[in-house]
Amino acid sequence: MDEFYGRTGMVLHIDLTTGTATPEHPDEAVYGRYLGGRGLAGYYLHPFADREYTDPELPLLIFTGPLTGTDSPTSGRGTILSRSPLTGAVCDGSIGGGLPTRLKKAGYDGLVITGRAETPCGIEIDDHDVRVVETSLWGTDSDAVLHGLERQLPEDTSLACIGPAAENGSLLGSVAVDHRHGGVRGGLGLVWAAKNLKYLTVRGSGEVRVHDPAALAEAREAIVRLTMASPVLMGGHGFSHWGTGALFDLINSRRMLPTDNFQKTFFEQGAAVNAAALAELYKPRDHGCLGCHIHCRKIARDGRSLPGFETMAHFTANVGNADPESAMEAADLCGKLGLDPISAASTLACLREITGQDYTDKTLLSTLRAMAEGGDLAKGALNLAQACGRPEAAMTVKGLELPAFDPRGGYGLALAYAVSTRGGCHQHAYPISHEVLRKPVATDRFTFSGKARIIKLAEDTIAACDSMNACRLIFLAAGLEEYAKALTAVTGQDWSVQSLLEVGERTTVNERRMNAGNGFDATDDDLPGRFFTEPGTSGGGVEIPPIDREKFLQARRNYYAVRGLDENGAPTTETLQRLGLDQ
Amino acid sequence: MKALCEKYAAKLAAQGLASGTGPDAPLVGGLDADLTWNREDPRTGELAGLFSRLSINSLVFIRPAEPYRTILDFLAARNPDGIRPEDTETRTFLHDIPVCADFTAEAMAAQLKRRKVIVIPGQGVAACGTVTPEQGFVSVSSLVFSSFVLFFSDYLNRARRVELDDEYADAFSHVVRLLPEPHTDLPGLAAGPFTDEEGVVAAMAEAGRKVVGYGLVDSFFGNISYKLDETVYISQTGSSLDELEGCIDPCPLDGSTTNGLTASSELSAHEDVYRRSNYDCILHGHPKFSVIMSMDCERDDCPNRGHCHIHCTECRTVDGVPIVPGEVGTGPTGLCHTLPPAMAANGAAIVHGHGLFTAGNNDFNAPFARLLEIENRCRDLYFDRLSRYA
Ligand code: SF4
Repeated sequence: MDEFYGRTGMVLHIDLTTGTATPEHPDEAVYGRYLGGRGLAGYYLHPFADREYTDPELPLLIFTGPLTGTDSPTSGRGTILSRSPLTGAVCDGSIGGGLPTRLKKAGYDGLVITGRAETPCGIEIDDHDVRVVETSLWGTDSDAVLHGLERQLPEDTSLACIGPAAENGSLLGSVAVDHRHGGVRGGLGLVWAAKNLKYLTVRGSGEVRVHDPAALAEAREAIVRLTMASPVLMGGHGFSHWGTGALFDLINSRRMLPTDNFQKTFFEQGAAVNAAALAELYKPRDHGCLGCHIHCRKIARDGRSLPGFETMAHFTANVGNADPESAMEAADLCGKLGLDPISAASTLACLREITGQDYTDKTLLSTLRAMAEGGDLAKGALNLAQACGRPEAAMTVKGLELPAFDPRGGYGLALAYAVSTRGGCHQHAYPISHEVLRKPVATDRFTFSGKARIIKLAEDTIAACDSMNACRLIFLAAGLEEYAKALTAVTGQDWSVQSLLEVGERTTVNERRMNAGNGFDATDDDLPGRFFTEPGTSGGGVEIPPIDREKFLQARRNYYAVRGLDENGAPTTETLQRLGLDQ
Repeated sequence: MKALCEKYAAKLAAQGLASGTGPDAPLVGGLDADLTWNREDPRTGELAGLFSRLSINSLVFIRPAEPYRTILDFLAARNPDGIRPEDTETRTFLHDIPVCADFTAEAMAAQLKRRKVIVIPGQGVAACGTVTPEQGFVSVSSLVFSSFVLFFSDYLNRARRVELDDEYADAFSHVVRLLPEPHTDLPGLAAGPFTDEEGVVAAMAEAGRKVVGYGLVDSFFGNISYKLDETVYISQTGSSLDELEGCIDPCPLDGSTTNGLTASSELSAHEDVYRRSNYDCILHGHPKFSVIMSMDCERDDCPNRGHCHIHCTECRTVDGVPIVPGEVGTGPTGLCHTLPPAMAANGAAIVHGHGLFTAGNNDFNAPFARLLEIENRCRDLYFDRLSRYA
């Protein structure tokens, strides 16, 4: 790591077919253009983006960014990226815990995992000692794997694994990272399973070199000061105190809480399952990723993770369940089975609408178990609804189930869902920030005016954040202005808001061109029909009409124009040339 | 977009930050698929070049009204490498203010790609946003406030150290001549106590408008609350105090909901004042002379110099109104720890470099009167203190 600041200069290619690990030292220019994390992982995916998930050549990419493992606030983040088995689109997952930090400290900016082991295996990394080992853990649930590995390995080891869902071919298979830091969607767990990869362990004892520690300390101070001034992150009602579940009351009161599979947008029994109710019941303690002072994760006294907002909301309001304990159990079971809880709950909600049958606490869990075992349920809401002849009941975009924010309650959100490269996802533009949380300033949530460019700029900002690898949440308080200073201090290179946004733009357009190559077009940049024809639940002084289809389409055209896409949503030649993506 | 551009141009004029008409009226541009301006002006040609060079969606450009124009041009001439105020708004949100020598898109973009707002001496102030023109409006308004505080604070410090020069003295006397007369009348706000949510919200909105109208806060960054039974009604984070309708959050003190997620960052401090006292309403503004006086300290040898805003241990007051350290929010050095005991004991407190809080009972008349009285007293004190040296 001697001549590099903020990065190690080494990407490790692990071929599971041969069991070999080969280091690569990417060109300086590649780092300059893609930075790290999601950007750099996208660069490595591009040549193989048309491969099916069963193709051993399709890479599974696990990348850190230049801030990972430094004193920059919330630096413990990384990216898992590949082509989604669920949607066929490019799919990234932001991961935390300790794994990204340890990977970097072990000497790697990222891992490119290809091939297929003959028998189930694990990858064990201990600094420069990299082993592909056979494992007998296949078939065991995530908790058992992680607890078992924890007993064998030194305490400062990080762990990630898949559960039975991915092994059984469920398109909702997720990845558990350091127990509580997965959030990996799009069935990326299945890419692990297709490679016969059950787990990854990482221990790293190196240091990440920082060019100007004093300047980093100054940048850190400014970012921390902004975080402390943020009601959403650090206020008495904020994420630091309550976890992201703090959003529950607000989203419900704004009449945008998906209820009964998005047939309603207000949950009458909200008070029984809000963050305050959970805190009262489970007396949680704080937990966070390495390098973070926010600690948005909460762990119940009995050791279970308290679900974040989206999981809790979907396992309660969206499936018609007002019992917090059964929602806790469902979320915990998803963790064990290695199911993406958002997609799993949304698929349950879709099934409930189709069958008209409510869940009991027993059937809620047994249906989840079935989902992890294969069959139509294991293929997500869209495939299930199509199999039942009711495609309109799937609340998905590009086949990815929508999270717990109703787009009729925020038109920037509606547009962000539609155009996100990974499908039903609000996190690539996080319009909740200004449409609900008033950051950096409030916008009118019931208009498309100005939203096309806002969404484009927010996507670029978040892609830059994912490429530096800071936590997306801190951007509810700080911005690229502050992070450019941190990045400059770490790398010794001159970064500005503008140059970071250019990396973010390149990252997003690179993902768009891969999707376009796989046949995605404007018809995929759309929302389920329900949102254009049915109203939400008005009340409390708020009217929730259906979204005006024409205005939505105009906003999407505007988005295509400002993003430099053609009328089908594919990047134009000129855009590709401008961003150097034409080679 | 055009409607938003016009709205913020009008607000800049209404708050006296820029002229409302003529060539110096604000220019506000917004870009979605197309670029629109609030009005036509030959300078929009050059300014449009910022949209093609920067990833932004809005821009605010003003030639500030007096006395701010003189202040900014003076500070920019003295600090060509950038202006560094030390008040809380700058420390937390602006960091520093670059000075750009040329009114060309290229030169301005070079600075704006790093910072929210820049000064172009003799030309004006430019600020951009990625969400709405409101961002540019907030940045310009903060910059004007911060530079006013810096100009007056620096002048007093230099006078004390016998470092004043003729140029500064000339600029200062020019600025002082242009200062508006202080308000001495009171607005006569709705009489309380208010017994239902509707009454509370209306009273808060009225008080907010008057605090802005009297110049006791730029429309952002202040906050206001009222306790009805066991619920604190408080203005939302980043809300304009002159537009509070629909921007007030009810926050039960028993912690049974987290609706306060969008409430002012100072909710915790307000709640704690209510828990420690019998007050039932709080006003918080950023009157300029209160902020200037809170930062003025004669102890040049103090070991906490440079960290006064968080570490001052001196018992400082303005005529008995305590000045406490503390940063925005709930961190270990947050004002949530220092403000409530001071407020509970005195009914008013000034936070170092930040602003003035006053509390009252039943309605906002008494806290408003106190806010105005303390600000006017600080203004007198400033000139008294200055007369000792210059
Ligand atoms: S805010 Fe939460 S998710 Fe983000 S880095 Fe901190 S603990 Fe991890």
